[in-house]
Amino acid sequence: MSNITDLKLVELVDKIKKKELSSTEVTIAFIERSKKSKKLNTYISENYENAIKKAKIFDQKPDFKKKLPGIPIAVKDLFCTKNIRTTAGSKILENFVPTYESTVTQNILDEGGIIIGKLNCDEFAMGSSNETSYFGNVQNPVSENLVPGGSSGGSSSALAAKLTPATIGTDTGGSIRQPASFTGTVGLKPTYGSCSRYGIVAFASSLDQAGPMTHDVKDCSLMFEIMSTYDIKDSTSVDFKRENYLTNLNENIKGKKIGIPKEYRVDGMPKEIDELWEKGIKIIKENGGQIIEISLPNTNYALPTYYIVAPAEASSNLARYDGVKYGFRSKGENLIDMYEKTRSEGFGDEVKRRIMIGTYVLSSGYYDAYYLKAQKVRRLIKNDFDEAYKKVDAILTPSTPSSAFKIGEKLNDPVSMYLNDIFTVPINLAGLPAISIPAGHDKKGYPLGLQVIGKAFDEQSILNIAFALEKNISFKNNITDWWIK
Amino acid sequence: MSKNNGEYLIIRNDNKYEVIIGLEVHAQVLSESKLFSTSSTKFGSEPNTQVSLVDAAFPGMLPVINEHCIKQAVKTGIGLKAKINKRSIFDRKNYFYADLPQGYQISQYKNPIVGEGSVTLDMPNGEKNIGIERLHLEQDAGKSIHDIDPQSTLVDLNRSGVALMEIVSKPDLRSLDEVNAYIKKLRSIMRYLGTCDGNMQEGSLRADVNVSVRKKGDKKLGTRCEIKNVNSIKFMQMAIDFEANRQVDVIEEGGSIDQETRLFDTKKNETRSMRSKEDAHDYRYFPDPDLLPLELNDNYIDQIKKDIPELPDEKKKRFIEKFKLSPYEANILVSDIEISKYFEEVSKNSDVKLATNWITGELFALLNEKNIEITESPISSKNLSKLINLIKDGTISGKIAKSVFEIMRDGDKDPITIVEEKGLKQQSDPKELENLIDKVITENPKNVEAYKSGKDKLFGFFVGQVMKNSNGKANPKLVNEILKKKFK
Repeated sequence: MSNITDLKLVELVDKIKKKELSSTEVTIAFIERSKKSKKLNTYISENYENAIKKAKIFDQKPDFKKKLPGIPIAVKDLFCTKNIRTTAGSKILENFVPTYESTVTQNILDEGGIIIGKLNCDEFAMGSSNETSYFGNVQNPVSENLVPGGSSGGSSSALAAKLTPATIGTDTGGSIRQPASFTGTVGLKPTYGSCSRYGIVAFASSLDQAGPMTHDVKDCSLMFEIMSTYDIKDSTSVDFKRENYLTNLNENIKGKKIGIPKEYRVDGMPKEIDELWEKGIKIIKENGGQIIEISLPNTNYALPTYYIVAPAEASSNLARYDGVKYGFRSKGENLIDMYEKTRSEGFGDEVKRRIMIGTYVLSSGYYDAYYLKAQKVRRLIKNDFDEAYKKVDAILTPSTPSSAFKIGEKLNDPVSMYLNDIFTVPINLAGLPAISIPAGHDKKGYPLGLQVIGKAFDEQSILNIAFALEKNISFKNNITDWWIK
Repeated sequence: MSKNNGEYLIIRNDNKYEVIIGLEVHAQVLSESKLFSTSSTKFGSEPNTQVSLVDAAFPGMLPVINEHCIKQAVKTGIGLKAKINKRSIFDRKNYFYADLPQGYQISQYKNPIVGEGSVTLDMPNGEKNIGIERLHLEQDAGKSIHDIDPQSTLVDLNRSGVALMEIVSKPDLRSLDEVNAYIKKLRSIMRYLGTCDGNMQEGSLRADVNVSVRKKGDKKLGTRCEIKNVNSIKFMQMAIDFEANRQVDVIEEGGSIDQETRLFDTKKNETRSMRSKEDAHDYRYFPDPDLLPLELNDNYIDQIKKDIPELPDEKKKRFIEKFKLSPYEANILVSDIEISKYFEEVSKNSDVKLATNWITGELFALLNEKNIEITESPISSKNLSKLINLIKDGTISGKIAKSVFEIMRDGDKDPITIVEEKGLKQQSDPKELENLIDKVITENPKNVEAYKSGKDKLFGFFVGQVMKNSNGKANPKLVNEILKKKFK
């Protein structure tokens, strides 16, 4: 038998249900591998002992009706987990231990999942390379000194390195899809309102969505099925008909109309990405899908719009980290002094940059020119998609305009870093679901992803299309265990 | 200062100044739980015992609208004869303060739940309508306590997140009396509706006061100052009076008024500048992305309308028509819903005129003396009604009734029982009365002689003697009649 950690999520579930493996064996296997992989710096907090205890308890009285029977899972450190430290990658929450559980992690626990640790991420999910984390950058297992993407960089790295059989991230402007693309894994950003935001440290409330990150589309379907529930504790949660996404998963895309947005053919895009896209188009056609050229005319405005809306919401969302109630507090002469010192020392540069941008665009005299205008453009971007979906069932694009870059390469050039999100950001602004699947490698051997964008709440269709692409692409992640000596 | 004809003017050097007042009343919504969380709103609990993770703004916590508070705001809007906005938006008002855990207050800015309406005041020289600009819902902040620990400020978050209705009037108020009448009327309406208990001591009703002055006859409004967070009618009046005079002084000395926010110092009886317009906070309002726009449909609003009780204005009209009360009497009886209920209970089975007199006279005096509300009255409406009926049917005189009332006030005893036990029943048997009268006549021959020779005033003497001899129980009407016959 192959290594336990080489198995995919659905396979592990199957083996545990068939009693070929115990939860304890599986949990220990992933923990052991995680322990050997400290060099990747994927974990912020480990929950190993407790997890093994829980696995043993599960094995004593296993419930095989659960969808994740005793499955160990490490999660992004943006999800509040009861009695497990939750930092959001920030010094300001360095010692924060929630007394409550996020709805999404609760759903995982309810289905028998066991949390083995909390994974590194960009501070407050602000970043595209995991370099803004207070807990240090994360190595991409694909190659040394390569970023794993961000903000769910710890998640993508831990998954690709097989330290967890599946994981969850959050995606505000591409934070699941871009790291998935950079690590040769699958990442789904569900429709806004699909997964509850309750208990997730907020970055930009109108854009944040939790989603699964997995080795393949099957695993992704299972995880999404578990994560997505209607939740009255989140006023933006939507009560729509949720499917049995895994059971319904099929690769038949005959007659499906797939749109190709011409605006995504950006200048200076590497040739290999263009080729990758063409490969995807060819597969769709070969499998009976219909390719339709579409236009999303406001695509160009998505990035500037995003970098107004997201920082605006963030500037307000992060006001609660003031040193008064919980988290890091610096000593001050008076209240204002305490605020200033706490927030100066507690937040990193990227977070401060976005708080300042957000504060600026909301201030009186600038609100109309920036925030209000951005909201109007956001509506136009959504209208573009609505218009497109009159003609097509889904849209195919590359996930990112480039493959993973070196650690430090873009750290001092925020705008170049922001440009990484051009293909992912419009989808958040429109509140739509999109999945990134690994589709090939560039000439350096780094993974590249394709993105399938769907209609709102039609995750099943994009999972099916991704499933068909996945079967035909037969992507293989060439990861050597270079970090394990 | 001149208050003639109900006019409130400030006079300096032959210049007459009119005072323009607008109020922003913060009324705590009567609700078991907070605006966006399930924590209790009970007043006076131990600090920080009514705080949920949402109220304390823990990471990842989200607000969820308390539907009851929405209903209360709509009800109040209807009571203010105001437009109910079917679509309203919750915004974030961003500022840092230790007792504001989120770093922003959730409020309604451009799209409040209730639009324009009006409140009718009954002033001595007639009715006056005060325009309502808007009513919006917002969260209360916590409480900073500076005087317990010498080193630090302590924070109590019990109040954090409690629902407030901010009711903004138009600058239609012109005098301290109108301010008094306006607050009382607003409170009365909300108490009728059960949307705010109006308890100013507990801070359920507070106001920011906007004051400006202008020379009488000027059309243009002067620059206003806002006096923050005044928590009693008396303080509001003191603050306005001080502030208006201060503004007049500035203008008279050739200066101009700066738009600013001021604080009222209740000890020194003066307002002080808190911050100028330049220093005003930039609250960076924007729609709260955690909450969807609030949409109400017609059916929802109609259902609430159906449940609206009779409000003071309509009740007053009905009392005047049905019970033939004077507007003055009606006003007193409808000013508080509990008083009006008590009155209706008493008058259901008793004479209306007597009920009105006894409630506004004896009963109010008793409540005042004991400093209690009518709901705590030691005399039930049922027993007051019985007492009035005893007077009406001649069982006891009004004078005896007062002594019965004195006994009733210590334990709500049935007046019929009191009358029986104490033998206070009025003597109305003509034979017995005749005996009493004859006795008085026999014992006072000189006075009889004097009366008969024309000293008419002595008639009262004979009545008095009979009453005295009967220990006040003789029916005075009958005594009069019999005496007159005797002297014929």
